[in-house]
Amino acid sequence: MSPVNYLYLAALLFTIGATGVLLRRNAIVVFMCIELMLNACNLALVAFSRMHGNLDGQIIAFFTMVVAAAEVVVGLAIIVSLFRSRHSASVDDASLMKL
Amino acid sequence: MNGLNVLAASTTSTGEAVQFWVLGTVAVIGALCTILMKRAVHSALCLAGTMIILAVFYLANGAYFLGIVQVVVYTGAIMMLFLFVVMLVGVTAADSLTETLKGQRWLAALCGLGFGVLLIAGIGNASLNNFSGLGAANGAYGGNVEGLAALIFTKYVFAFEITGALLISATVGAMVLTHRERTEPAKTQRELADQRVRGKHLPPLPAPGVYARHNAVDIAGLLPDGTPSELTVSKTLRDRGQIRDVSQQALDDIKALEQRSEERLGRKGPIGEVDKAGQGGGDGVAHDRNEEEATR
Repeated sequence: MSPVNYLYLAALLFTIGATGVLLRRNAIVVFMCIELMLNACNLALVAFSRMHGNLDGQIIAFFTMVVAAAEVVVGLAIIVSLFRSRHSASVDDASLMKL
Repeated sequence: MNGLNVLAASTTSTGEAVQFWVLGTVAVIGALCTILMKRAVHSALCLAGTMIILAVFYLANGAYFLGIVQVVVYTGAIMMLFLFVVMLVGVTAADSLTETLKGQRWLAALCGLGFGVLLIAGIGNASLNNFSGLGAANGAYGGNVEGLAALIFTKYVFAFEITGALLISATVGAMVLTHRERTEPAKTQRELADQRVRGKHLPPLPAPGVYARHNAVDIAGLLPDGTPSELTVSKTLRDRGQIRDVSQQALDDIKALEQRSEERLGRKGPIGEVDKAGQGGGDGVAHDRNEEEATR
């Protein structure tokens, strides 16, 4: 097996995540799909790191993880506060920015 | 360092190929389940499974540090945060199935398909045949973690410091977003006592089911005249409409008992049959109930 297959898998996972973002209405599930896309990118970065024989790809994947952690904290806080004011986690209900 | 030699080869070992195809299939199924499951909890669990498999892939690719971090940070912290919020927001909150944009689902699926074809065709066209494994890079400083540390604290030290600022601002942002300002002063004990006396019920509300034959929380207690009192059931259950009415239950039970005894007395023929019915135990009773409901 050629390690290029890891790239194909990453592309497939990224596509599934992107489709999920377009398809789903529940804000939490949309957020999970974004996490899936980030993970797919990380897999591609790790595979590239192995292909080129240096560790820079892994460093970038590491920074991606840190940024994803920060993003999750803020995003989930936004979802919780939206749920508090609207009693719904659906992205359709959040079309009005005013309360 | 046998593993490093394998990583330096241009094609992977058979073991890794088997691992890739088995776990890769599971990862794709998990990802599909993430976007197709109706309940957010199921989606979160499927995503956690996919992430663990990705951690195994990192390990297989020689990224030992990232593999462990993936398990600890992603599946350990981030997914548990997701589950926590799912529990907070409501487990039963399923997606609304009404389409606000006509044909959005099909268009979205089509877009996803086209995007995937483009992406995979792009990778297929790139010349990625020659590659050197991670053996030398991992071994340069004596290991994967040491190599990563050397890079983070020399070449990428500025990005690393910016990361600290990012994490601090994210923490403050989460606190600001979830903080609720008190819009009215807190009630004193005096005001609370006055408010309590002003209502209709001076003593505590009656407990559910005390005067009825059952004492489950969703059964309204019966007043002395036999009518159920809704006040005895907790407000949450009342709002959901989950009150069980048992005012007719006693009459129904008596009716069922009478019918059963009639059946028993009427069927008093051969002894063996009666014994068999008796041995049925709980099932026999349930069976009788079903029959009785069917006859009604």
